[in-house]
Amino acid sequence: MNLASSHGEAHDPHLAHHFPDAPTQFEAGKLGMWIFLATEILLFGGLFCAYAVYRANHPEIFMYAHQFLDKVLGGVNTAVLIISSLTMAWAVRAAQLGHQRALVRLLSATIALGFVFLGIKYVEYEHKWKEGLLPGTRYTPTAGESVSATAPAAPDPAPAAVPAGEASSIAHAARGPAGLAGEPADSQSPAAPAVPRNVQIFFGIYFTMTGLHGLHVIAGMITLMWILRRAVQGEFGPRYFTPVDLAGLYWHLVDLIWIYLFPLLYLIH
Amino acid sequence: MTPQDATHGQGAPAASAENALGGDHYLNHGRGVWSWLTTLDHKRIGVMYLVSILAAFLLGGVFALLLRTELLTPQQTIMKADTYNQMFTLHGAVMIFLFIIPGIPAALGNFVLPLMLGAKDVAFPRLNLASYYMWVAGALFALISMITGAVDTGWTFYTPYSTTTSASVISMVFGAFILGFSSIFTGLNFVVTIHKMRPPGMTWCRMPLFLWGLYGTAIIQILATPVLGITLLLIIAERVLGVGIFDPALGGDPVLFQHFFWFYSHPAVYIMILPAMGVISELMATFSRKRIFGYTAIASSSIAIAVISFLVWGHHMFVSGQSNLAGMIFSFLTFLVAIPSAIKVFNWTATMYKGSVWLATPMLYALSFLFLFGIGGLTGLFLGALATDVHLHDTYFVVAHFHYVMFGGTVMGFLGGLHYWWPKMFGRTYSERWGRLAALLIFLGFNITFFSQFVMGSQGMPRRYYNYLPEFTAYHVVSTLGSYLLGLGFLIVMIYLIHSLARGRPAPANPWGAATAEWQTASPPPHDNFTSDPMVDDPYDLERWRWDDRLSGYRLDAAAARPAGAV
Repeated sequence: MNLASSHGEAHDPHLAHHFPDAPTQFEAGKLGMWIFLATEILLFGGLFCAYAVYRANHPEIFMYAHQFLDKVLGGVNTAVLIISSLTMAWAVRAAQLGHQRALVRLLSATIALGFVFLGIKYVEYEHKWKEGLLPGTRYTPTAGESVSATAPAAPDPAPAAVPAGEASSIAHAARGPAGLAGEPADSQSPAAPAVPRNVQIFFGIYFTMTGLHGLHVIAGMITLMWILRRAVQGEFGPRYFTPVDLAGLYWHLVDLIWIYLFPLLYLIH
Repeated sequence: MTPQDATHGQGAPAASAENALGGDHYLNHGRGVWSWLTTLDHKRIGVMYLVSILAAFLLGGVFALLLRTELLTPQQTIMKADTYNQMFTLHGAVMIFLFIIPGIPAALGNFVLPLMLGAKDVAFPRLNLASYYMWVAGALFALISMITGAVDTGWTFYTPYSTTTSASVISMVFGAFILGFSSIFTGLNFVVTIHKMRPPGMTWCRMPLFLWGLYGTAIIQILATPVLGITLLLIIAERVLGVGIFDPALGGDPVLFQHFFWFYSHPAVYIMILPAMGVISELMATFSRKRIFGYTAIASSSIAIAVISFLVWGHHMFVSGQSNLAGMIFSFLTFLVAIPSAIKVFNWTATMYKGSVWLATPMLYALSFLFLFGIGGLTGLFLGALATDVHLHDTYFVVAHFHYVMFGGTVMGFLGGLHYWWPKMFGRTYSERWGRLAALLIFLGFNITFFSQFVMGSQGMPRRYYNYLPEFTAYHVVSTLGSYLLGLGFLIVMIYLIHSLARGRPAPANPWGAATAEWQTASPPPHDNFTSDPMVDDPYDLERWRWDDRLSGYRLDAAAARPAGAV
C-alpha cells in the first residue's frame, strides 16, 4: 500500500529480509491469503458438490427434511455473521487509520458475534440431537417417523416433528424415491405427504457442512483473538496492518460460506 | 536462524566465483541440530525434505522388492496374503504421498527456485518450514497406521471397503490429509514467490522452464488437493460418525467417492510429472550445449497440461457404472493430454538435434526419461480408449503404464535433477563413472521389470493378485529379476552419493556450463544465496559460459556477457 512505501525499508521492523520493500511484502501476503481462500472454497466445494448430486437425485429428501431446521434461528445467525463482517471491515479501516481504541473494540465485537453464532448453532444442534435427527446410522427420529435405511418407505401421513405453520408445504410425492438400489416407485398415496427414504442423507450433509463451517468459525475466532492481542499491544497502525487485513479476508470468507449454506439448507422450496 | 541474521551471512567476495566449502556457506552457517530444525533457509529446508523423502523412497522401495519376491511363484513365496495386501497398499501410499508428490517440488524445487530467481528466499519462509513439519506429521500418522493395523485398501482407499475394514484407515487417511496441506502450502509459497519475487529483467518469458514446471505444479496443488482433503475427511466422518454419504446401505453413493478421489488424484499425477518435465527441460538445454528449442511451446504446454488435468478424472471410472456419454467425453479429453505432452517431447528432441550432446549422468537420466515417458505416455492412450480399457482395466498393463510414467518419468527426472544440482547443493562432485553405470543399470532394470508387466497385463494378469495362474510365472520371474537389478542400481547411487559427501572432489560454481542463475553463486551457496545480483536476462544463453581447465568448470566469458542487470 502507498502508506507503507513512503517510509524507508531499512528501518521497518516488519519487513522480512528477503523482500525488496514493504509494498512487495504486503502484496505477497495478500496474494498468499487469496490463494489460501481459494483452497478453502475448494475444500467446501467437495461438500457443495455432494449436496448438488444428492439434491438432484433425491429432491424429495431435501423437501421433506429441511423443515426440521429452524429458519428463524438460521436467519438470526445469518444476520449475526453479516454484522460481524461489518465490524471486521470496520476494524481493518480503523487499523489503517490508526484508530487504536476503535480497532480493539471492533475486533472484540467481531469475536463476540462469533460466540453468538456458535451459541445459536449449539441450540440448533442440541435440538437435533434430542430428536434423533442425526446423520447416517445415528438417524433415529423420535417424533413418530419410522424411516430407516433398510425398511421400505412407508408413507406416513403425519410427520409430527414438522414445526407449526409449515405442515403442508411439502410437494406431493409424485416421484418415487430414486434410491441407488433401484427401488420401484412405491408412493401410491398422492395426497399425503410421504416420508421419503434415506432422510439421514440430508442430515449427513447438514452436519458435515455446518460442522466444517463451525470449525472454520472457531479457527477464525482464534486468529482474531491473536490479532486482538497484538492490537492491544499497539502493533498495528497506518504503516503496518497486514495481519488485520488478512485475518479480515479470512473472516469474510467464513461469513460468505454461511451465506450460501443458509438458503441451500434452510430455505428449500 | 532468523531472517534478521541474514545480513551477517555475507561470504568473502571471492566465494561467489567458485567452491565455498572452505568458507562460510549455508550448510555451516549456524551450527547444531537446533539451527537446522528451526531454520527458515529454503536451502536447508530443501535438504531436510531431500533426506526425508529419500528415506520414504527407500522404505517404499523395500516394500516393492518384497512384493516382487512374493510374486516369484504363483503360490505363497515369503508372505501371507494379508501381509501382501498391506504391503502393496503401503508401497503405493508411501511412494505417492510421501515420496513422489513432494519429491521434486519440495526437495529440489525448494532448493533451486529462489536461486533461479536470484532471490534470498521463498515468499513465506515460516510457512515453508511449517509445510515440512506437516510432512513429518503426516508421515508419523502413516507410520502409526502401519504399526496399529496396516491398511489393506490399496492406496486409493475405495469405499465401501475403506469404511468397513478393521485396519487403521483413520490414521492413514488423516496422515494423507495433513500431507495434502503440506503440499498445498508448498504450492502456495511457490506461486506467490514466482509472482512477486521475480527480479527486474526476468519477465515471464525469460523464466527458466523448471520454474514454469513448478508453477504449473503449484496451481494443481492449490486447486486439486483441497478436494482430496474433504474426501478424506468424509471417510473419517463415515467411519467415526457413520455419516453414510458413501454408504449405499444408508442411501449414499460409493461412486461419488471415486469421483472425488480422482478429481484430485488424476491431477495429482501431473503434480508428479510436471516438475520432472521442468527438470528435463533444463537438462536438455544444458547438456545439448544449445538453446532450448521452442521455449514458449514448452512453457505454455506446462500450463495446458495443468488445465487439462482437471478435466479427465472420469477415465478412471470407465467400468464403474459411469454413463456412456460421460465415458466418451472423458475419453476424448484424455486424448487431449497427449498434445501438450508430445509438444514437450518433440521440443526436447529438437533441442538435441545438432547440439553437442554431453552424456553426463544427469543427461543419461534425461534420455531415459524421453524413452520411458514416451512408452508410458503412448500406452496411456490405450487405457484412455474406451474399448481397450475394458479389457486392460485392473490388469498389470495399468501397473506397467503407471510405473513407466511415474517411475520412468518422474523418478528419472528426479534422479537427473538430483545429480544435476548435487554439486550445487553440497559443493562436491560424485563419481561420474559410477554414476553412468548406475544410470545404465537403472534403465535396464526398469525396463526388464515393467515391460514384462505390459505383456502379462495385455494377456489378462490382474493387478493386486496374490496368487496367479501358472502360465504367468515366466513373466513374473523376469519382472522380479529386473527389480533386483533396479535395486542394485539404486544401491550404487546411494553408495557413491554418500561417498561424495565425504570424499567428493570440491565442485566448481558451474560444473555444467548452465546459464540459469543458481550456477552464478558459489557451490554450496552462501546463506544469503548471492553476494552480487546474478544475471537473469536469458536463462538459455549458454554461449557466454566457457570451459576453464583451471576451475574444471565453466566461467562467464566477460566478452560475451552483457553487464549484470541489463535487459
